[in-house]
Amino acid sequence: MTMKATLLLASMIALGSAASAETRIGMITTLSGGGASLGIDVRDGFLLALEQSGRDDIEMIIEDDERAPDVAVQLADRMIQAEDVDIMTGIIWSNLAMAVVPSVTAQDVFYLSPNAGPSQLAGRGCHPNYFNVAWQNDNLHEAAGAYANTAGYTNSFILAPNYPAGQDALSGYQRFYEGELAGELYTQLGQTDYAAEIAQIRASGADSVFFFLPGGMGISFLRQYADSGLDIPVIGPAFSFDQGILQAVGADALGVVNTSQWSPDLENEANVAFVSAFEEAYGRIPSLYASQGFDTANLILSALEVADPNDDPDAFREALRAADFASTRGEFTFGPNHHPIQDIYVREVVQDGEIFTNRLIGVALEDRGDAYADDCSM
Amino acid sequence: MSAILIVEQVLNGLQFGVMLFLMAAGLTLIFGVMGLINLAHGSLYMIGAFIAATVAGLTGSFLLAVVAAMAAGAMAGALIEMTVIRRLYHTDHLDQVLATFALILIFSEGTRALFGSFPLYLDTPALLSGPVTLPGGIEYPRYRLALIAAGLAVALGLWLLIAKTRIGIQIRAGENDREMIAALGVDIRTLYTFVFALGAALAGLAGALVGAIQSVQVGMGEPVLILAFVVIVIGGIGSIKGAFVGALIVGLTDTLGGVFLPELFKLFMEPASATQIGASLSSMAIYLLMAAVLIWRPTGLFGVRT
Repeated sequence: MTMKATLLLASMIALGSAASAETRIGMITTLSGGGASLGIDVRDGFLLALEQSGRDDIEMIIEDDERAPDVAVQLADRMIQAEDVDIMTGIIWSNLAMAVVPSVTAQDVFYLSPNAGPSQLAGRGCHPNYFNVAWQNDNLHEAAGAYANTAGYTNSFILAPNYPAGQDALSGYQRFYEGELAGELYTQLGQTDYAAEIAQIRASGADSVFFFLPGGMGISFLRQYADSGLDIPVIGPAFSFDQGILQAVGADALGVVNTSQWSPDLENEANVAFVSAFEEAYGRIPSLYASQGFDTANLILSALEVADPNDDPDAFREALRAADFASTRGEFTFGPNHHPIQDIYVREVVQDGEIFTNRLIGVALEDRGDAYADDCSM
Repeated sequence: MSAILIVEQVLNGLQFGVMLFLMAAGLTLIFGVMGLINLAHGSLYMIGAFIAATVAGLTGSFLLAVVAAMAAGAMAGALIEMTVIRRLYHTDHLDQVLATFALILIFSEGTRALFGSFPLYLDTPALLSGPVTLPGGIEYPRYRLALIAAGLAVALGLWLLIAKTRIGIQIRAGENDREMIAALGVDIRTLYTFVFALGAALAGLAGALVGAIQSVQVGMGEPVLILAFVVIVIGGIGSIKGAFVGALIVGLTDTLGGVFLPELFKLFMEPASATQIGASLSSMAIYLLMAAVLIWRPTGLFGVRT
C-alpha cells in the first residue's frame, strides 16, 4: 500500500469515528490470502469515491473475510447485530455471497454487490434489498461467446474451475457461441499447474481456447500456455486480465482478447476522472474491480442524497433503482432483478511503456441484461 | 486418446511428483529426526519463490535467483529453528501445530507487508523456455524437462548424503535413538538446526523452480503443503525413499486421474456431467489413495513408525 493510500485509509477511519455517523456501511471483502488483490482494489475504489464526496456522516466498517464463507457469515452477523449497519457490500466470491447475502437482505439490510453475481441471486433468489453493481456472473462469458462468433471460431476448447461461478462461466460462453466444442474441462479451484489441461488442448484440434481462471490460476495458466508453444488463440473474461495479473503474466498475455464491462481507456468524463484520481491516490492503474468498488460507492452516495436507508428504506431503494450516478462505464441502468443492463466490451492486452494494460477494440454485447431476470418475481 | 497425449501426461505427472518430493523430503526429514510437525514448511516454499522473483528482477540471472532462494530458505529455516522450533521438541504435536500455524500467519502477512498483495513475476530462463520436440514427435516444455532432471538430481544427492556421509549417519542415528546419539558426543542441537535448514533449503528450491511457471503470491505454499503431507503419509513418515516413491505416486495419480477419469465417465454418461463428476472425483483421487494405503499398511509404504 502506498503512503497516500495509507493516509487516505487512516483519514477515513478517523473521519468515521470522529463524526456523529448517520449512515453505517459494512464492507466484508477479501484482504488477505490468495485473492486479496481483488478485495483491496474494490476497497480502494470504494474509499476513493467516499473521499471525493467529502461527506463526513458515513462510517465505514471494513473487515477481511479471508475468502472463507464461515468467516464472512460471522462478520455479517456481527455487523448487523452489534454494529447496526444499514448497508453492506464488498464480497468478491460467489460462494461467499451465497452464504451471506440471503440472510443479510432478509434482515432488512441493503446489500450492494461490487463483484460476485451468482445466477441464484439474479433469478429465483432475487430480493428487493439486493443490488448487483458489477454484472451477473455469466455476462462477461456470454460476451466472450458472442465475440468468438464474430472472430469466426467454430471449434472452441473451454475450461473453468469446478465451482458455481465456473459452471456459470461455461454455460455463459455457450449461450451465444454457435460453434462446436473441441473439449470441455473442469479444473480444481486454486489449481496452479495446467500442464495436463494444456496437453489435452493440444491433442483436441481446437481453433480457440476459452478459459475462466480468476486470480493466480489465470497467471499460471497463461504462462504455462505460452511456454508450451501452443499458438491457438485464447479468449477469456477480464478476470484473468486485470491490472494486477497482467504485470505478473508479462509479455505472455500480449494480444490476448478479453471481455469486460469496463476498461481504463473508456472515454467518458467519469471514467477519465476516476482513472487519474485512482492513479494519483494509489500509484497504480485501477482494475475493473476498483471501478466496481468506485461505482458501488457512488451509487450509494447518489441514493443517500435522496433518502436515508433508516428513515425511509422504500425511498432509498427507489433511489438505488434509479441509478442516478455518473458511472465509470458510461450508460448504466438496472434491470427488473436489480442487475445491471450495460454494454460489454472486447479488449486487447497491450504494452504501454513498462506497464501491461488493456485497450478497447469493440463492443461484444450492447445493453446486455441477464438470462435469469425472467425467473425473478419481485 | 493418443499415445502422445499419454506420454505427455506421464511426463507431467513425473514433473509434479519430483517437485512434491522436494517439499516432502524436508518435511519427512524434520518429522523423522526431530519428531516435529512443521506446518510452516509451505511458508519456506513461498519465501523461496519471493526471493527468487526479487533476485531475478534485480540481477536478471535465474541461476543466481535459485541459489538465493535456497540460501534464503536455509537461513529462514535455521532462524525459526533457533528461535521458535527449538522450544517445541519436547512438547506434544498439538503445541507444535499451533506454533507453526502461527508462523504461517506471520510469514504470510509479513510477506504481504513487504511485497504487497499483487502476484510477482518470475520468468523462466531464456535457455529453458519454449518447447522441445522429443522422440516420437512429442512437443514438451523444455523447462518442465529441466524440472524433472533437477528433481531427480536432488533426490540422488539427498540419498548420497544420507547413505554415504558422516552427517547422514548422524541423521539416521538421530531418527532411531536420540538419547544414544547425544550420549555418543554428537552435538544434537547443531544437527537439528542443520536438518531443519536442509529441509527449508529444499522447500525454498522448490518454490523458486515452481515459481517460474506459476504465480508467485502470498499463500502459494499451503496447497502444496497439504499434498506434501499426503505424500509423507503414503510413503511412511521419516523415510526419504518413501517420500520419493510417495511423491511420484501422488504426482502421477493426480495428473492422470484428472485426465482419464472424465474420459472414463464419458463412456457411459452425458459428456457435460461426465466432465464435472470426473473432475470432482479426480480431485479426491489422491485422498482415496491415501486412505487405501493406510488401510493396507498403517505405517505407510516404507514407514516403520505409526
